[in-house]
Amino acid sequence: MTTLTPAQAAACIAVMAVMTFLTRAIPFLLFGRKGGQVPPVVLYLGRVLPPAIIMMLIIYCLRSVSFAGPSHGIPELLCVAVAAVLHWWKGNNLLSIFTATVLYMILVQAVFV
Amino acid sequence: MRNVWAAAFRVTVPVLIGYLAIGVAFGLMLEAIGYNFIWAFFMSLTIYAGSGQYLGVSLLDLGAALSEAALLTLILNFRHIVYGLSMLEKFQTITGWRKFYMIFSLTDETYALLTSVRTPQGMRPADFYFAIALLDQSYWIIGSVLGSVAGALLRFDTTGVDFAMTALFVVIAVGQWKENKRHLPAILGGCCTFLSLSLLGPDNFLIPALGAIVVLLLGLRGRLEDPAAAPVQTVKEEQP
Repeated sequence: MTTLTPAQAAACIAVMAVMTFLTRAIPFLLFGRKGGQVPPVVLYLGRVLPPAIIMMLIIYCLRSVSFAGPSHGIPELLCVAVAAVLHWWKGNNLLSIFTATVLYMILVQAVFV
Repeated sequence: MRNVWAAAFRVTVPVLIGYLAIGVAFGLMLEAIGYNFIWAFFMSLTIYAGSGQYLGVSLLDLGAALSEAALLTLILNFRHIVYGLSMLEKFQTITGWRKFYMIFSLTDETYALLTSVRTPQGMRPADFYFAIALLDQSYWIIGSVLGSVAGALLRFDTTGVDFAMTALFVVIAVGQWKENKRHLPAILGGCCTFLSLSLLGPDNFLIPALGAIVVLLLGLRGRLEDPAAAPVQTVKEEQP
């Protein structure tokens, strides 16, 4: 059970909210002022970062997959491949995501248990 | 105006599935340590960060000091610092409280959608982006409240449904790969993160990976600068 009073818990939540907002707001606080010039190197980073970050997030989602574990990471790798190939072929977001997710659920619930 | 919400709903359906799944799990965890749906609602309203709120559950459970809560949240969400860099131009036409909200609501998933969507014809990008951001957070709030009120009653086995989030990022990566002529940023991002994870393990790899990505991209600026404005050959010829 909790060791915090409601006021303490609310303070903890407030601190987390402020810190989370701060991490998101820093670029705008530094470079987002009205009429201010954004340094070209910052705009450059803003343009080239997204593909790198998306790859980072994919690996972040898969970080706890263990290749030594009972399923050897097969459900994860297979379903990532299914999503990628299906999307390359059909280009339909929902179709790719639904198919890969349903296949993953079947694999982890019924095949690799 | 209705069109904007319908169009935004279409692109956010994957986030709806993913956020409901991980939101419900969050609500369940919070309920389990003695905090009811009102707490889940306010945490999802004010913090609005997936992994951040999972951390929040253990901080509340352990009765963590405020300084510890601040530091751990900062470390966990450090990656968000670079997200705004890609939004400085996109958010330029947005002003006032809407801009404040767009910055507040820049989660991994909303960032990923905003970097990849094209605003449908006849709509203002500012309205479209705002609708995406607001819908995403509403899914998250609904999921977390649902989880704490009725999570225990859910009889349908939802194990694995959170893979929708991974699949969303994969789909966005494929779309970006097809659209961009230069694949070096994506390859770098994948290699740096994979190496960092292999070397440092699943708990500490994110910030070093992010640092390596930023440093390498800065170092490659001469090769990667402004592919949209200048054709590839011209840029190469101009290099001394």
